[in-house]
Amino acid sequence: MNFPILSVITFIPITTGLILFMMPAKRHREIRLVALAAAALALGLSLYAFVAYDTAAAGYQFVEQVPWVPRLGISYHVGVDGMSLPLVLLTGIVMFTGVMISWGIDDRPREFFGFLFVLATGVFGVFIALDAFMLLFFYELAVFPMFLLIAIWGWQVTREYAAMKLTLYLFIGSVISLVGVLAMVYTSGLGTFDMLRLEQAGFSTAFQRLWFPFVFFGFAVLGGIFPFHNWSPDGHVAAPTAVSMFHAGVLMKLGAFAALRVGIMLLPDGAHYWAPLILGLATVNVVYGALIASVQTDFKYVIGFSSVSHMGLVMLGFATLNKDGLTGAGLQMFSHGVMTALFFAVVGMVYDRAHTREISKLGGFSKVMPLVAVAFIIGGLVSMGMPGFSGFVAEFPIFLGLWQVQPVVALVAALGIIITAGYIMRVVGKVFYGEMPADLAGHISPVTRLDRVALVVLAGLLVLIGIQPWVMAPMIATGAESVLRIVGGA
Amino acid sequence: MTLPTYAPTMLTALLPEVLLLALAGLVLLVDLIGRPRRRRGLGWLTAVGMAVALVLTLLFGRPGEETLVFGGMLRSDAASFAFAIIFLFAAAVTALLSVDVDGVGDRGEYYFLVTVATLGLCLMAAAADLIMLYLAIETASISLYVLAGYLKGNDKSTESGLKYFLFGALTSAVMLYGFSMLYGASGQTNIYFLADQVKTGGLSPLFLGGAIVLVLVGFAFKIAVVPFHFWTPDVYEGAPTPATAYISTASKVAGFAVLLRFLLAFEPSINVSWPAVLAALAVATMTLGNLLAIVQTNIKRLLAYSSIAHAGYALIGVVALTAFGAATSVFYLMAYVVTNLAAFAVVILFARSAGSERIADYAGLSRRSPGLALALLVAFLSLGGMPPLAGFVGKFYVFAAAVDGGLTWLAFVGVLNAIIGLYYYLIVLKVVYLHRSPDEDKPIPVPRPYAVALAACIVLILLIGIASAPWLDRASAMALSLF
Repeated sequence: MNFPILSVITFIPITTGLILFMMPAKRHREIRLVALAAAALALGLSLYAFVAYDTAAAGYQFVEQVPWVPRLGISYHVGVDGMSLPLVLLTGIVMFTGVMISWGIDDRPREFFGFLFVLATGVFGVFIALDAFMLLFFYELAVFPMFLLIAIWGWQVTREYAAMKLTLYLFIGSVISLVGVLAMVYTSGLGTFDMLRLEQAGFSTAFQRLWFPFVFFGFAVLGGIFPFHNWSPDGHVAAPTAVSMFHAGVLMKLGAFAALRVGIMLLPDGAHYWAPLILGLATVNVVYGALIASVQTDFKYVIGFSSVSHMGLVMLGFATLNKDGLTGAGLQMFSHGVMTALFFAVVGMVYDRAHTREISKLGGFSKVMPLVAVAFIIGGLVSMGMPGFSGFVAEFPIFLGLWQVQPVVALVAALGIIITAGYIMRVVGKVFYGEMPADLAGHISPVTRLDRVALVVLAGLLVLIGIQPWVMAPMIATGAESVLRIVGGA
Repeated sequence: MTLPTYAPTMLTALLPEVLLLALAGLVLLVDLIGRPRRRRGLGWLTAVGMAVALVLTLLFGRPGEETLVFGGMLRSDAASFAFAIIFLFAAAVTALLSVDVDGVGDRGEYYFLVTVATLGLCLMAAAADLIMLYLAIETASISLYVLAGYLKGNDKSTESGLKYFLFGALTSAVMLYGFSMLYGASGQTNIYFLADQVKTGGLSPLFLGGAIVLVLVGFAFKIAVVPFHFWTPDVYEGAPTPATAYISTASKVAGFAVLLRFLLAFEPSINVSWPAVLAALAVATMTLGNLLAIVQTNIKRLLAYSSIAHAGYALIGVVALTAFGAATSVFYLMAYVVTNLAAFAVVILFARSAGSERIADYAGLSRRSPGLALALLVAFLSLGGMPPLAGFVGKFYVFAAAVDGGLTWLAFVGVLNAIIGLYYYLIVLKVVYLHRSPDEDKPIPVPRPYAVALAACIVLILLIGIASAPWLDRASAMALSLF
């Protein structure tokens, strides 16, 4: 295995971004084609890596290591395990479908795809990083493109406010984690930022308990954990469709993943000590997020808060610190990523045609865009955790894990699923069925072919994982086991 | 103790200064005999001259063992060498940025002053004797006062020059008083002999502390550390913008060079309370600079306050008084110099075409000139500390040095400040990328000297950010040579 597949996947987007910036700004069609080709290439390679990963051998694979700043023990060290590889694939999928959904952007598409691709490189880089400096480097690389993407191409009403709020929240979280990482590196006395070596550092219990909240919550801000979730619905709503997809679909996983890899895996004693608090907060995420979602009148805010609710399940899975919970959390990250990308794509298609997202002013869309309605309903079923769809595959183990540690939390969190079913059915009923308002009837154009391809890919994946969980679950289970080998309890 | 006052080999240590003196003479000569229409070539001549001096210094001026030369007046070491390189680079870029600026671009004296100021800064970084140090500081400062007030017909520029002069004269008098106390107590003017004497306990710590405080006032003025920063915004705003770029980069770095040399020479004997004083200065400088930058509406004043804040970040590395800390501080300054020069390049280009320095007038820049907007984006995000740019790595390293030196709280103050910083940089970028303007169809021309300067800075911002190892090694060698 000499082909540096992970590096190639990671640097395809940013290289493409640079190429785009050198192209003439007016050649919109060529710019889009280059973007699509690059996204397809990145997806193809991540799919290849996903298939080529040896689940039986498990552990970190496709590893590359090159010294970066030897004086400080920083190296470019990458590799993927069962936890991170599905997320690399997820990023490839969302990037590919996101480019297709964004075909219609006419305001400076060169800059749009350029910044989107810088963001994508940041995301890939975090998922494959095995060095703490590198992880932070790519993590923050993902912050500023987000600001521009939302501020420039977002929803006029709230974009400036939302973009600034989101960027500052994420930056605050990441720099606080950064200090935590520095504290770990310089307390360990190992003189390295390599996370595989820091895992062996054997920090004192007092140190771990002190620093765990800084590191974990600093990253978990991006995972949308209560009470630091406030940026996320505003950000999701203000962002243009592809960016919302990226944002809710991939970026929130970035926060959760970094919180796991740096917080829980490097400070395991701290994780055990603080797990009850995380359980409590994440339960609030699940239930409160779902409740808020069910009273929203704006279609996109419903989805925005549903992400807060679903990311709570991921955090719950982490906090169980057992195999079922962690496996479920890994699956939920993938499943929610695809599902929410699908949701935001649908919301975007509806909004582009109706020019409103007020649920009360929508209706009857299943008659004019049946495929979109079917896709949304599949997403909805995933969201409710219906058996046969990926949501069930993910949520069932989380609750199984929860039951083993805190049956009460499992019961309370299960309320969230019921509320979810309520608001999903309300939205489906209002938006896709019933009578189409008179001012819309006859004005709704059909969705484009590219939109359809994107929806079929996303919805197909949700069903595939739902009925054939073996394509992903065993891989994630190996990832969960390697987490547990460090945290204890394997 | 006596040192040899001259040997031919010592000239190597003086190579950049000799070349600069020759260049200064050449500029004056060409200005005198050249035809008025060709005077715009003077900027190119100065820039190329600086570049040649830079290359020659790199090739032939490398220092060997750390030695005191010319009777102990100068010290030949990695630090004086590398700081000279930084100043030459900054001066070359400044000369290129001056070419098309009205009122300065075609004036021989202007380029002469830039060259002489650079000469003074190089001597500052190498000076090992209090008298030499004072002369070097004055050589640089007096040239810079004139540069700040160069636009004679412009009230703001005149105000800028006068204000800079008055503040500078006052702080330099205080510093000189400190020097005289040091001399009076020890009978020495050489910094390193002084330090030896302190080590053997020849001076009362209280007296020494008092003298060092007075000396630091002078250095703090050059660096624009709070509370000696009051001149900065007015001087930066009024001075011709290329001169502002130069003052905010080269002159500030020279202040750090003398500060580092002075503090590290005395390092083993320094009182325990020094880090606390320096930490307080760093916190005040960062926080005040950042908070006041938020409310600015003029881009030069914004950059003035942001440059105060950046001095604060660089001070974090100094606080720990470790080799690693000093290295990160020097690294930070390298990153800061290339970044700030790039930011000023865009400001100059914009002011040339649009005739405005108001932030609100930057609206629509990304539609007017996408390339220029991208350059500003890179520069400002680097100032804000975003990867993969130089500013991110610079901040990361100084915070690492703080944590390494047991000053985790200072790293926290630093990152909180970085958040405030990012906020006001993003506000400018928002105006550039988001706001609309009726002038969107008027692109901003970028003459060749500006394109060269800007490209050099942007490439370096990326290079320092992505491949930081060689730069950090260089900074470490510089820091080590000062101990």
